[in-house]
Amino acid sequence: MTKQEALFEYLLRKADDSLILGHRLSEWCGHGPILEEDIAITNIALDLIGQATELYKYAAEVEDKGRDEDDLAFLRIEREYKNVLLVEQTNGDFGKTMIRQLFFDHFEHLLYEELMNSKDERIAAIATKTIKEIKYHIKHSSEWTIRLGDGTEESHNRVQKSVRDLSRFTKELFYQDEVDQILIAEGIIPDVSKFKVEYDKNIKAILDEATLELPNEKWQLDGGRKGVHSEHLGYLLTELQYMQRTYPGMKW
Amino acid sequence: MEKNKIDALNKAFQDKIDNEIKIEPKDYMPDAYRKTLIRQISQHAHSEIVGQLPEANWVTRAPNLRRKAVLLAKIQDEAGHGLYLYSAVETLGADREQTIDDLHEGIAKYSSIFNYPTLTWADMGTVGWLVDGAAIMNQVPLCRCSYGPYARAMVRVCKEESFHQRQGFEVVTQLAKGTPEQKAMAQDSLNRWWWPALMMFGPNDADSTHTAQSMEWKIKRHTNDELRQMFVDATVPQAELIGLTIPDKDLKFNEETGHYDFGEIDWDEFWQVVKGYGPCNEERVAARKKAKEDGLWVREAANAYAEKRAARNKKAS
Amino acid sequence: MNKKEWPLWEVFIRSKQGLSHKHVGSLRAPDAEMAVNNARDVYTRRSEGISIWVVESANVVASDPSEAGPLYEPANSKAYRHPTFYEVPEGIKHM
Repeated sequence: MTKQEALFEYLLRKADDSLILGHRLSEWCGHGPILEEDIAITNIALDLIGQATELYKYAAEVEDKGRDEDDLAFLRIEREYKNVLLVEQTNGDFGKTMIRQLFFDHFEHLLYEELMNSKDERIAAIATKTIKEIKYHIKHSSEWTIRLGDGTEESHNRVQKSVRDLSRFTKELFYQDEVDQILIAEGIIPDVSKFKVEYDKNIKAILDEATLELPNEKWQLDGGRKGVHSEHLGYLLTELQYMQRTYPGMKW
Repeated sequence: MEKNKIDALNKAFQDKIDNEIKIEPKDYMPDAYRKTLIRQISQHAHSEIVGQLPEANWVTRAPNLRRKAVLLAKIQDEAGHGLYLYSAVETLGADREQTIDDLHEGIAKYSSIFNYPTLTWADMGTVGWLVDGAAIMNQVPLCRCSYGPYARAMVRVCKEESFHQRQGFEVVTQLAKGTPEQKAMAQDSLNRWWWPALMMFGPNDADSTHTAQSMEWKIKRHTNDELRQMFVDATVPQAELIGLTIPDKDLKFNEETGHYDFGEIDWDEFWQVVKGYGPCNEERVAARKKAKEDGLWVREAANAYAEKRAARNKKAS
Repeated sequence: MNKKEWPLWEVFIRSKQGLSHKHVGSLRAPDAEMAVNNARDVYTRRSEGISIWVVESANVVASDPSEAGPLYEPANSKAYRHPTFYEVPEGIKHM
């Protein structure tokens, strides 16, 4: 695998994470638990779609095969999407959406802090813009986790269940293979394994304050980075790609 | 209060209005003025919130990344506008959640246009172009409304909405100059939305119960028919420019008046939809109701947490 | 069903360094932190601000508009508080 191939693959993985999660959050639009929160979730969805757009654009340039950001976002088959399984999980109730966000935001925070120092200038620039957004996302999901966990008995039980359901997707955030090794060696991305301990500590601190517990079971899933997804993704892509698939080659 | 004192207050109130002095929340105002404002502003707020739904229907199917972001930002603005307007309602002593419950119980109304379905992507263009276009016609004069908080909310709304109509027109224009299939999609959409858009201005002046009083109070600055005419005059040339046909065989420019004459609106359809029998009335209210009910445990949890924390802080200090 | 809704907060925004915070509207939030978060999302979507104040509406004390006369009109007759009240000889600059 060349450096260029590795970089393309890495950008796709991260762009897919943002796109798919942004898509999931956009499903809340118009249906939030209160007006103020409807607006907040949409802001986060917009940030994620913006991040995805920047990453796809760069990926398209790196690939240099005449595809653009929309081709990459809309016109691949299911097995070619490389997002982690966590982000494609369904919204569930508002608490599940917040826990999904909590697990994701804390990882992104640590990752993008490091990506700001990437030897790849374009990635460093994207990271510098993105980190500001993530700092807000992490505040939002952390504060909600605390309120729901330490709120009423009902809210506690609901989010505790979501923590149990979603924690099995967190290890995949740290998945690394040849793609990562090539880019780590080049100083383009960090070795994320070095902040796994910090990630666990940060998550635990929020969950402690929220009176929530991680399950003891260590059972974990992965596959997203290789394009092996949960059944949810196919339906998401069916909607996402509807226009591009029904009216091939048209401009909108 | 004795009658002559009330008369004096009412006169002072109307003098202020006549002199274009804004009425502010704690000022004296006649009950009927307050009630009219609560009804109108909350109805306006509900329209923004229910108005999110027909467009949210296409967010997950938007055809490219740019359109997806624009559509999301637009719908988010609508939630924001609803919120600004609910804020204005609350300055009148009405409770926002109570007015929302009135919407859910079918007591409060919202703009009927949102009871029509969005069936194709072209509808995202047409809704922006026609529905937001008509809304702007209604809203620009409201920036000068006699009630301060409403006028200020509308200034903000109008400023933010200026991109809404443009993005809609951009979507339609792109289709109109696209493939025959795309152009047909745009024309079909215009055919479906044109008449409902004209209905947005409400009944003819002769049949409008609230207009005269609202104009005297300077809540309203133009009659329904005046605004409708302004909208037709502005929109017809836009349709011509991009090669779409307005679905009205009676539409004709009148050299004498300098305005477009247009055909009769189907008022039976208008009243049907107002009364709750439009294509999506049930679904729209049900969706809003569900959002509120599903969110109850979240709002309660946040309240419970705030109380617990306040108690803990008290203990600590 | 518990009908207790989130309290109402008034929002004040400083649009740029050097200007005062200005009232922009209100919103609902369960506590002060959330009120600030919500204010950011609702009232600064177009970079309208760099600093936010929120205060629970119930804590705002307002003057009574029917007393506007006694409160503010006496100041109208005190023109000597304004610089234009004074005559400055021609040719004097920077005063």
